[in-house]
Amino acid sequence: MKPPAPNVPPALRPFGPDMRDVGGPRQPLYIVKDLVKHFTVGGGRLGRAAVVQAVDGVNFDVHKGETLGVVGESGCGKSTMGRLLIRLVRPDRGELILDGEEVGAPDGITVRQLQRNVQMVFQDSYMSLNPRLTVEDTIAFGPRANAVRRDEARERAHNTLTMVGLRPELFAQRYPHELSGGQRQRVNIARALAMNPRMLILDEAVSALDKSIGAQVINLLQDLKRHLSLTYFFISHDLGVVRYISDRVLVMYLGKVVEIGSVDAVYDNPRHPYTRALLASQLSMNATERRTKPPLLGDPPSSINPPTGCRFRTRCPLAEEICANREPELVGFARDSLVACHAATPGSGHASAPPLCPQHTAKASARMT
Amino acid sequence: MTSQIYEVAEQTVDETLRGKARGGYWLGVARQLRRDPVTMLCAIILTLIALAAIFAPYLSPLDPFQTSMVHRLKPPGTPGHWLGTDELGRDLLTRLLYGGRLSLFMGFVPVLIASLVGGTLGILAGYAGGWVNTAIMRTMDVFYAFPSVLLAVAVSGALGGGLINGLASLTLVFIPPITRVSESFAIQVRTQDYVEAARATGARAHQVLISHVLKNVSGPILVYSSSLISVSIVIASGLSFLGLGVSPPAAEWGLMLSDLRQAIYVAPVNAVLPGVIIFLTSMCFNLVSDGLRTAMNVKL
Amino acid sequence: MLRFAFKRLLYVVPVALGVTVICFALVYCAPGDPASALIPDNTPPAMAAQIRAEYGLDRPIPVQYLLWLSHVVVGDFGTSLSTQRSVVSEVVPAVLNTFKLACGAIALSCFFGILFGSLAAFRGGRPSDRAITAVGITGMSIPQYWLGMVLIVIFAVNFGILPATGMGDPSTATTGELLQHLILPTLTLAVVPTGIITRSVRSTVLETLQQEFVVALYARGLPTRRVVLHVAKSAAPPLLAILGLQFGYILGGSILVETVFTWPGTGYLLNNAIFMRDLPLIQGTVLVLAMFFVFINLVVDLLQMLLDPRLKRSRRQGD
Repeated sequence: MKPPAPNVPPALRPFGPDMRDVGGPRQPLYIVKDLVKHFTVGGGRLGRAAVVQAVDGVNFDVHKGETLGVVGESGCGKSTMGRLLIRLVRPDRGELILDGEEVGAPDGITVRQLQRNVQMVFQDSYMSLNPRLTVEDTIAFGPRANAVRRDEARERAHNTLTMVGLRPELFAQRYPHELSGGQRQRVNIARALAMNPRMLILDEAVSALDKSIGAQVINLLQDLKRHLSLTYFFISHDLGVVRYISDRVLVMYLGKVVEIGSVDAVYDNPRHPYTRALLASQLSMNATERRTKPPLLGDPPSSINPPTGCRFRTRCPLAEEICANREPELVGFARDSLVACHAATPGSGHASAPPLCPQHTAKASARMT
Repeated sequence: MTSQIYEVAEQTVDETLRGKARGGYWLGVARQLRRDPVTMLCAIILTLIALAAIFAPYLSPLDPFQTSMVHRLKPPGTPGHWLGTDELGRDLLTRLLYGGRLSLFMGFVPVLIASLVGGTLGILAGYAGGWVNTAIMRTMDVFYAFPSVLLAVAVSGALGGGLINGLASLTLVFIPPITRVSESFAIQVRTQDYVEAARATGARAHQVLISHVLKNVSGPILVYSSSLISVSIVIASGLSFLGLGVSPPAAEWGLMLSDLRQAIYVAPVNAVLPGVIIFLTSMCFNLVSDGLRTAMNVKL
Repeated sequence: MLRFAFKRLLYVVPVALGVTVICFALVYCAPGDPASALIPDNTPPAMAAQIRAEYGLDRPIPVQYLLWLSHVVVGDFGTSLSTQRSVVSEVVPAVLNTFKLACGAIALSCFFGILFGSLAAFRGGRPSDRAITAVGITGMSIPQYWLGMVLIVIFAVNFGILPATGMGDPSTATTGELLQHLILPTLTLAVVPTGIITRSVRSTVLETLQQEFVVALYARGLPTRRVVLHVAKSAAPPLLAILGLQFGYILGGSILVETVFTWPGTGYLLNNAIFMRDLPLIQGTVLVLAMFFVFINLVVDLLQMLLDPRLKRSRRQGD
């Protein structure tokens, strides 16, 4: 039961084909299958062309109504991931399935239809808003480009402004340079909401803000999610924020997913060595957690020539020969908790791998005696 | 929960308003310009020159084509001919005023047309990328291989001279640099987040171009084009000086300079007079263009 | 490094070809066909057709282009219609004369431009900077042909110390006299590029000075003249580009200045050719001047690659 919502204007009328909940509550809102995106850089002036394997065979689901946090270091491909999901960037291979319908397939939905259901909130960089348009025009652009009438688009813009906590009579006619960082980010959110999406991709949405302002925006996002039944794909390098806001967490390394699970499982009991190191690198105010050695040494290798087999093996304390020969697959444990690591996968051949089936082994040995 | 958000927003409203400029882009630019005395002075001078050219008949009752063998090469200060007369006895002041029309026309029009054509081509090339970009920019590169004056003279000469041919050749000379500059601006704008956000709403290319790209690129293109006006006026007068622009007996500053050159030993002051106004106009346009660039940079 | 140099060299070919296409096309812009200058009005059509065939004008245009190109590549630019001598024999001496002017002009403008520009940048904001900037803008805005006339008025008419026109007779004149003839045109040609170079140097150096590495240099206690060296290295590549452009500008601007001073260079030649409607001569002169410009740009680009450390480093990354 949703709590009563004071001060929130009536929900926006949906426009275009109403795609609401076609697949039912158990159907994942967004399924990503074998997604691959490589970039060619260089060539021309820089000489030989190099291929950056930004996203290399990624599989996961986003459930309806959840917040999926995405963490990883710079260059792991999470931003590219976000742009692929909204098709700002064309994938080289793979399937994107929104509520059971494939994007781009003849019997599925078009990219435009996808973009009416999934929108992106950008980082509050200096140029996230067009400096030459008023706040109102910026927000109304999306609806206008989708054949909404001018006055209706304007009303929609004012509604979303109210939703994000900015009074339209004060803010609608302002220009971006007349807004503070937090206000600009709210406008970013309003712009995405004006398209009446079911899912928001938030790419480092609070990373550029001061902590106190960021906290307000996070709380705003939580409110909006509840009132508008949204699903969030929350990309961030800030582990603390991700823990606070997410239901499940996805950890990326060098273009691959290394671990997915519920937020408590991943944070309290990380299975992948990279996740463990990442969490251990968080600075703590707790004096007992002081350490003298960094948990993770060196820089991540370049995604142009990633290591063979498991990409993390060059920095992994548990690396063995098998890690260089075979790439680990995302294997599930408990429901919806997946890890890609030989040391955590039973029967992989790694020295630290757990046995395939402990009961089975016990029964077998019992039978043999 | 939401009321708390409002409170915070209210507080920051006052803070952000204090000390920050209000209003749109061009208002801000105008405000910047008003604080720049040099630019304002030059703008005023240019307006006066333009007005003088337009209202020439009212400012001088004399006929610019009226020759007089008796009154040839009178020095400035002669009663009835404030700036003297030329080698055919025509009043210099009147011819300078009327000449302004042709000279300013030949200065403005090529830059205007080249801005429209070059701007469009450059924005297309910058936004579209790929083979469109290659096709457009490589073609421009070939024209870039010619120094401007050489190209203007060669094309104008090949076409046979005259006003229209002069305009055409000057337009041709200015299209490549404007295209190049527009393309680089368009590329800069295309990679900004707000353009990505606009594309993410499913807007079609032309919608994104018009609402987002064009608005942000037109300003810098304008500044660049304005810096070309002075060049255009000088080259246009230069073409007439060489005999490739307008033909006698038209009144045009470059042509006047060329005609009076023969009299350089006899009446040197008269001979150099038309050049003074070309110089003055060119310098004023350069200063205004500079001021515009500063005003827009500061604003951004 | 060699890789980009090679690519850049390769790139010259299509540009040069494009230039030849435009030069060739110039002739066809004109009203009437190229032979109409030769053929008097009342020639019987049979004879006119014969003359046209002689010049190869009855073939389709692309064929004519290829024929013309095949001659040009071996150095045969055709025969001048007005003097009946080979175009090459007309153009070569003219080019040499123009070069006498151009080299002097570029040297002067380079020296003074860099000097003034750097002074202005290092004294940014102070009165001397403003004065130099004002002079720079003035220089940039002057119409060269007018300046030539003014200088003639001052030095030749009023004081009579320098000759107004011509180059002097090479066979009889002394070096001193030749130099005297050289002064005014070179000066005139140098003024506008000096203005442009001053402004460019000033803005490039100012930009470099504001970068953090310069502040760091000062903070380490480096004396100003050592900082200047560092700044020079950083500002050199864009400056080279400007210089290349200015050389082209001088080549182009020579048309006007040579006309004023009756200096027998390519500009003067081109001017006459246009009036005589001597199309082969026009083509040849424009082609030579344009090719020089292409060559200069190539040299500038290669030098830039040599000097820009960023390109050197990225070369290593790609290996």
